[in-house]
Amino acid sequence: MQKRLIIFLVLLLTATVFAAGCSNQGQGPAGGDVVKIGWIGSLTGDTAVWGQSELNTLELLAGELNASGGLLGKKIHIVGYDTRGDATEAVNAVKRLVSQDKVVAIIGPNASSSAMAISGTLEEMKVPDIATVATNPKVTVMDGKVKPFNFRVCFIDPYQGAVAAGYAFDVLGFRKAAVLYDVADEYSQGLAEFFIKTFEEKGGQIVAKEAFKSGDTDFRPQLAKIKATNPEVIFMPYYFKEAALSAKQARDLGIKSVLMGGDGWPSDTLLEMAGDAVEGSYFVNHLDFDDPEVQDFKQRYNAKYGKMPELNGYLAHDAFMVLVDAVKRANSFDPVAIRDALETVDIEGITGKIKIGKDTHNPEGKEAAIIKIEGGKYKFQQKYAVTD
Amino acid sequence: MNWFYIEGVLILAGINIIAVLGLSLLTGFTGLFSFGHAGFMAIGAYSAVYFGERMGLPFAVSVVAGGLVAGLVSLFIGRLTLKLKGDYFCIATLGFGEAIRLVLDNVQVFGGARGWPGIPLKVDLVTVTIFNIVGILFLMFLINSRHGRSMIAVREEELAAKVIGIDTYRYKVISLFISAVYAGIAGGLLGYYLTFLQPKLFGLQKSTEYTIMVIFGGIGSISGSVLAAFILTVLPEMLRSFAVWRFVIYGAAVIFIMIARPQGLMGGKEITLKGIAGILGIPGRNRKTARSGEV
Repeated sequence: MQKRLIIFLVLLLTATVFAAGCSNQGQGPAGGDVVKIGWIGSLTGDTAVWGQSELNTLELLAGELNASGGLLGKKIHIVGYDTRGDATEAVNAVKRLVSQDKVVAIIGPNASSSAMAISGTLEEMKVPDIATVATNPKVTVMDGKVKPFNFRVCFIDPYQGAVAAGYAFDVLGFRKAAVLYDVADEYSQGLAEFFIKTFEEKGGQIVAKEAFKSGDTDFRPQLAKIKATNPEVIFMPYYFKEAALSAKQARDLGIKSVLMGGDGWPSDTLLEMAGDAVEGSYFVNHLDFDDPEVQDFKQRYNAKYGKMPELNGYLAHDAFMVLVDAVKRANSFDPVAIRDALETVDIEGITGKIKIGKDTHNPEGKEAAIIKIEGGKYKFQQKYAVTD
Repeated sequence: MNWFYIEGVLILAGINIIAVLGLSLLTGFTGLFSFGHAGFMAIGAYSAVYFGERMGLPFAVSVVAGGLVAGLVSLFIGRLTLKLKGDYFCIATLGFGEAIRLVLDNVQVFGGARGWPGIPLKVDLVTVTIFNIVGILFLMFLINSRHGRSMIAVREEELAAKVIGIDTYRYKVISLFISAVYAGIAGGLLGYYLTFLQPKLFGLQKSTEYTIMVIFGGIGSISGSVLAAFILTVLPEMLRSFAVWRFVIYGAAVIFIMIARPQGLMGGKEITLKGIAGILGIPGRNRKTARSGEV
């Protein structure tokens, strides 16, 4: 038995090493005319849908770029690794990308926690990273200092929270708001905090603040408390699964308030699961899915993968465009030169204008889209920006 | 393979080894199953970083102090739960681990669920190796001492141990304390290696992973635990090119080995210098006893 086991182990390890070696060689044509761009994100776990959409988008765009002559005369090859949404895995994946695969830049991750954990490695190896939907302010700026190798193409939580609160107060004219949020989720905590801050600053009143934890499926106790305070609007900054469940339960309890969400909402699943419950609700999004500018990308994606891109796909698209622009202007594949060029990016992406701020590494003044759910469809209301 | 990447994986393996050594004492030698060790790890991690970054203590001191805080918490938890028998203790630790994570999610001083970024990188391979050597040596001496034998007695037959005069409750408390200190130290090292802490890192999945490592390595074997922690940290990294199939293969490998070898990799035996000499065919005086597993 022991011998057989040892033989099995040795075989397994050899097979693994062999497979790893093969797949590395098998990726794209060999030689000096291929440049690798890394991607990290979740391909497994509860956020896998979004990660897969990002990787699909990048492979689609890289394929198109290569077909039209490549970048600076070289072919682009995307190397993507799964992080399971885990920060430890993200650090491992980045170490592998920068040292073994020798990528010139990294796109992703979508989770803020992973994006914050990889900063040290990026700075040590001097490779830039463009996060897709990592919205925590601390991803690019820490203690007032900008992190030299971290960039992103999305707006940040304080901004999104302020947009939601501003729209609810100024445009919809609500004065009494309740907040239900996921206490065990970084994104939800951040958004709830900044919504409350802005709404109260404007003179509104937060009548209830209730929390649940990721994985909960029954929100009735919290909703019952919220119902008693009779708010005009309930802010629900969490992902679509919980949003659908809590919206349904709110309607079951007879809550008539308008529901409002963040960029965790947009998904076809939301409409399927929640149905009428989310009718008349609003949410903040990075873009308008029906915007003529994004139709072309949607069609190309659909033609290759047979489904529509998720929200992350659009941001991965813009992250890729930002990177291509930086490489072209740097006229080099040197990671540090790319980093320098990233600081002065000013392009028109499909999710809006992206002008990277030198001191924040965020896209400055990027407008948010307000979407209303009407007749079981997402209906774009307006672009909305907050000015300080 | 590039050294920068390998070094990162080795550091992570070293950190896991420390946590698994601690759990090995509790599960492997004392016979108590815990599904809450990530909780002790979280306490150690957050305390260590708090001592180091907010109070300015030196790195090594703050990591050890973090371990001791985890140990102190375990004394408190142990008083409440160690009177429980078998499965009940296991469930209690499961609840404890989740409770710690949710408390940390809510403590905004430490960043809450959004995490604590910007911790300086202070862990390298040398530091982890030193902690590992000290950890392994301490455990070896403990297991071979009277106390270690008492713990094994508790595992084998608690009633009989009581009859011959071993204070079983006390040995369970000591075992839990030491294993919590190990977990806490591993947590502190993880924080200073990742430069980022988040309660999500210390979920039930982490606790389960460590328990799998102990059983995979073989109950009651220090070298088995070390080997298992190493293999099960390195394996997912080697499988990286398989993308979405990675953890399917990982899971299949674990299942296969547990079927082929229910007693774990080492199955209560230890790798010793004499044993290695024996396998290599170098004549030794005491070959038979060396291979039978006594350290």
